[in-house]
Amino acid sequence: MMTASGVTTTDIDMLRLRAYDLRVAMLEMAAGKGEGYVAQGLGMADCLAALYFHEMHHDPANPDWDDRDRFLLSTGHYSIAMYAVLAEAGYLDRAEFPSYGLNGSRLPMSTFDDLPGLEIVGGSLGQGLGQAVGMALGLRLDGREARVFCEVSDGELQEGSTWEALMSGATFGCDNLVALFDCNGVQADGPVHVQLEPVLDKISAFGWSSIEINGNDMEALVRALEVSRVRDGKPKAIIMRTQPGSGVPTLEKRERAHFVRITDEEWQVMRDELEAGRPGATRG
Amino acid sequence: MAEVAGRTRGMGELIDVADKASDFAPFGRELAALARERDDIVGLTADMGRYSDILPFRDEYPDRFFNVGMAEQNLIAVAAGLAKTGKVAYCTTYSVFVTRRAYDFVAIACAHSQANVKIFAGMPGLMNGYGATHQATEDLNMMRGIADLTIIDPCDAVELRQVVRAVADIKGTVYVRLLRGNVPVELDASYRFVPGKAQVLRPGGTIGIISTGYMTGRALDAAKEVASRGVQVGVLHVPTIKPFDTAGVLDFVARYDRLIVAENHKTTGGLGTLVTEAMFDAGVLKPVERIGLADSFFECGSQEYLEARYGLDLPRFIRAIMG
Ligand SMILES: Cc1ncc(C[n+]2csc(CCOP(=O)(O)OP(=O)(O)O)c2C)c(N)n1
Repeated sequence: MMTASGVTTTDIDMLRLRAYDLRVAMLEMAAGKGEGYVAQGLGMADCLAALYFHEMHHDPANPDWDDRDRFLLSTGHYSIAMYAVLAEAGYLDRAEFPSYGLNGSRLPMSTFDDLPGLEIVGGSLGQGLGQAVGMALGLRLDGREARVFCEVSDGELQEGSTWEALMSGATFGCDNLVALFDCNGVQADGPVHVQLEPVLDKISAFGWSSIEINGNDMEALVRALEVSRVRDGKPKAIIMRTQPGSGVPTLEKRERAHFVRITDEEWQVMRDELEAGRPGATRG
Repeated sequence: MAEVAGRTRGMGELIDVADKASDFAPFGRELAALARERDDIVGLTADMGRYSDILPFRDEYPDRFFNVGMAEQNLIAVAAGLAKTGKVAYCTTYSVFVTRRAYDFVAIACAHSQANVKIFAGMPGLMNGYGATHQATEDLNMMRGIADLTIIDPCDAVELRQVVRAVADIKGTVYVRLLRGNVPVELDASYRFVPGKAQVLRPGGTIGIISTGYMTGRALDAAKEVASRGVQVGVLHVPTIKPFDTAGVLDFVARYDRLIVAENHKTTGGLGTLVTEAMFDAGVLKPVERIGLADSFFECGSQEYLEARYGLDLPRFIRAIMG
């Protein structure tokens, strides 16, 4: 079976398997550390697999390639997901995984742009989307076809700067820009309690072509990304409803999902749970 | 649970509590106590309630508590509005996010109107393991540039509790460097914080240490350590960075031939600059060694790791004293 633009179900299965591999990598990195941002990372696995193994033009052998599509991780503490996808794509050696979050590591808990494959410094939240607008403008000025993808969390939707960037993206007609909103419903103090909704309507009202999907549904992700390719003078927004801990039931149920505490015994349980849900397809 | 060696302690504990008495969440618990006495106290945070110790206040006074979400500029603006209706607005987030992101709002919405906004800024200086994005290593320098702003850097839980109460009676906007979690107890129960006053915690000796905030505990530790080797040092604690106690500092300086200034901040723009400026203006020229951070961005890592790497740890103090 094919989707409108020729993606086969085999491709989708392959991408699901990639997302699974990212989740395995994240558990490997986080294991034994006792705490961290693994829940958010697991929630983002499907999106990153779709971007890096389907949608984006990029070259792990040449991270500074001028014509690359850019992916900006605005939410720096989602670093674990980023390290997983950079390793899976070939930017990073998995041998570095155990150093995640340790002193002197190249893989700190929050991202910096000195690691090949990372475009910006995350961590001080709400700085990503504006930079994405600037990159989209710069690429357009240079006549390049490359596009800019920018992840933004629902916490970052509370920063005024994000809405300022939304205005700029529409004002300057950045149709080479795709914002991916990770609406996972949690933030540092617990469930998102500020009046954010209706996110889709608000972002549409700001002049963006917007679509809302289940961010853990690979087919929906691939379709939404394909729709976002159109150059119609409008920036694109994909509002992803994601499940923190996605793929690992123990973590999906955890109430304090922002910064989870994990006991030594739980790691193996979590690995087993993840493996039990492994997508059936074999790698193509 | 097994401790992983070299673990980044981003949300973690202050290391000095390891072998000291400590007090848990002194800020939030004292604020709740104060709120029982004064119904003009309100509390705010920008999605940092859990990480700034304000939850004891929220739990007792949910109607007087506002979590604006992760929106630091708005936090300060809303606090200013509350203050302008007669409330005393205590607000919290991390130091970096209030100083770097909401600076203009602190200057104009708050300080310029002398609004009763009391900012308790978490993880000041080099305390956060997440690197430059989370390390407020120039906050004193920045905030010092705002007129009509009071700046306080308490050294321990005893002082912090007193500061929570004292700032309610200081007219206008106050920026306090917040120590959170298990906060060490360094000072005697008899200690009395006086706004604007530096205090001699350890008199005498031949070398004088002038310190502020968390580094005062380190200075006292160093003084004890070298005393066992027969070297006596005095310690002057300067909790109020602004207004600066020029007279008190110069009086202390006059008693020593050699001085050390210590702060959990860059050596430029903070206490080191204030002390040397005051000395120079008064025509006092004496050797001053500054313990503090270089003008740089800093790595990620545990507090122990960072302090050793960037020169805020006990051995750094001992080296400075022993010459
Ligand atoms: C500008 C800024 N303010 C505050 C913080 C502290 N902080 C770190 S994560 C976080 C929660 C943000 O919400 P979201 O990104 O949706 O969190 P998650 O989905 O990871 O729970 C906060 C407030 C920060 N890193 N940057």
